[in-house]
Amino acid sequence: MGAVVEYAPLLLRGLGITLLVTVLSSILVVVVAFVTGLARLSRHWFVHWPATVIVEIFRGTSLVIQIFWFFYALPLFGINLVPLAAAVLTLGLNGGCYAGEIVRGVIKSRPKGQTEVAIALGMGPWLRMRRVLIPQSIPAMLPPFGNVMIDLLKNTSLLSLVTIADLTFRAQWARSKTGETVAIFLTLLVIYFALSWLLGLFTKWLERRFSLSRRSVARPRRLQPVMGGE
Amino acid sequence: MTWDNEFAMSVLPELLQGLVVTVKLTLCGISIALIVGLIAAVLRFQKIPVLAPVLGFYVQFMRGTPLLIQAYVAFFVLPQYGITLSPFVTGVIVIGLNYSAYTAEVYRAGIEGVPTGQWEAVAALGLGARRKWLRIILPQAVRTMVPVLGNYFLQMFKDSAILSAITVVELLAAAMKVGGNSFRYLEPLTLAGLLFMIISFPASLLIRRLERRFATTH
Repeated sequence: MGAVVEYAPLLLRGLGITLLVTVLSSILVVVVAFVTGLARLSRHWFVHWPATVIVEIFRGTSLVIQIFWFFYALPLFGINLVPLAAAVLTLGLNGGCYAGEIVRGVIKSRPKGQTEVAIALGMGPWLRMRRVLIPQSIPAMLPPFGNVMIDLLKNTSLLSLVTIADLTFRAQWARSKTGETVAIFLTLLVIYFALSWLLGLFTKWLERRFSLSRRSVARPRRLQPVMGGE
Repeated sequence: MTWDNEFAMSVLPELLQGLVVTVKLTLCGISIALIVGLIAAVLRFQKIPVLAPVLGFYVQFMRGTPLLIQAYVAFFVLPQYGITLSPFVTGVIVIGLNYSAYTAEVYRAGIEGVPTGQWEAVAALGLGARRKWLRIILPQAVRTMVPVLGNYFLQMFKDSAILSAITVVELLAAAMKVGGNSFRYLEPLTLAGLLFMIISFPASLLIRRLERRFATTH
């Protein structure tokens, strides 16, 4: 374990990068998820077609290929991104396309009555989505979103392949310096496992927080007695 | 520098060779995942005191750690204990074991998803174990499992590119190799992505059709 202690500061700095990339790209994931998910639900072909094409490209090809493409092929078009930005962009777009399918699926599976009631109340499509369908869908979205986030965390390790100095990259470096393969990789496994376990706990907490339990449903206001009339 | 068609055509044969390795890797990997996952699920279902929690941890651990690190461990640590396997075999075992954790969960969810009424009906009719499993439970469980397993199959196909990190010369590694030889990464990487798409897109449509066909109508 000597090597792990000796290289602890370096590994911690790598852990910092891993966490930074995870947090930044998870924000992008949520944004992309709602944009693509809602766009694919649109009635207009010029909205749902581009979204479908983008989602199918990101879901149809391998994430590693996308990472390599963003790092080695994109600069050839004159687009030079800072490595960290390219990393966040790739992971965010990839995860967002998977999460977008969750958004789309959950919203689509809402009971039809909800839409009909909203229409009957004279709500426009946008208000219907914002006030009725999306709030109802959030609890059902949370568990699969949690899985996407855990995948995202694990996928950050792939960035080490394009020389981003994340936890995996630092660990590989420490391994090549010291040759203490077992201790270093064991530490690495434990850290990733602990992180995904924490993410899982966080999702569970969110699920409880947003669950549609009976208690959280507002009580109906007592009706005012009707004066006169009838 | 823009797209060069001639160069793209010249690297295609090498990429196709890589694709063959990717397909082989996936087919071997999914076989391991389906079998090991089934064993893990059945053993967990029996609720054997020590074994069940150990298997539960195995599933959690495999799902909670990155495939890349698992591949590194197998590739760098095993030789230290005198176990030397070719990169391809190491890759197949790692990806197979990794996905066995997912397939085990699919089997479990599929069996548990069979409505309680069905289990009660089996008990009420006094059906034997064989008829219970082969005639009642499994046929209903398989309906929900097949599309999910299909999705994991597809996911594994794409994830197999990660194994290029342990020197398995599959599609991505082939693309990087020809790219490195000529310092042109655009064409090989784009073609590699397209080759992935050409297989995975029709496959995903097929899975969607299976999903609709197997959808239970309660």
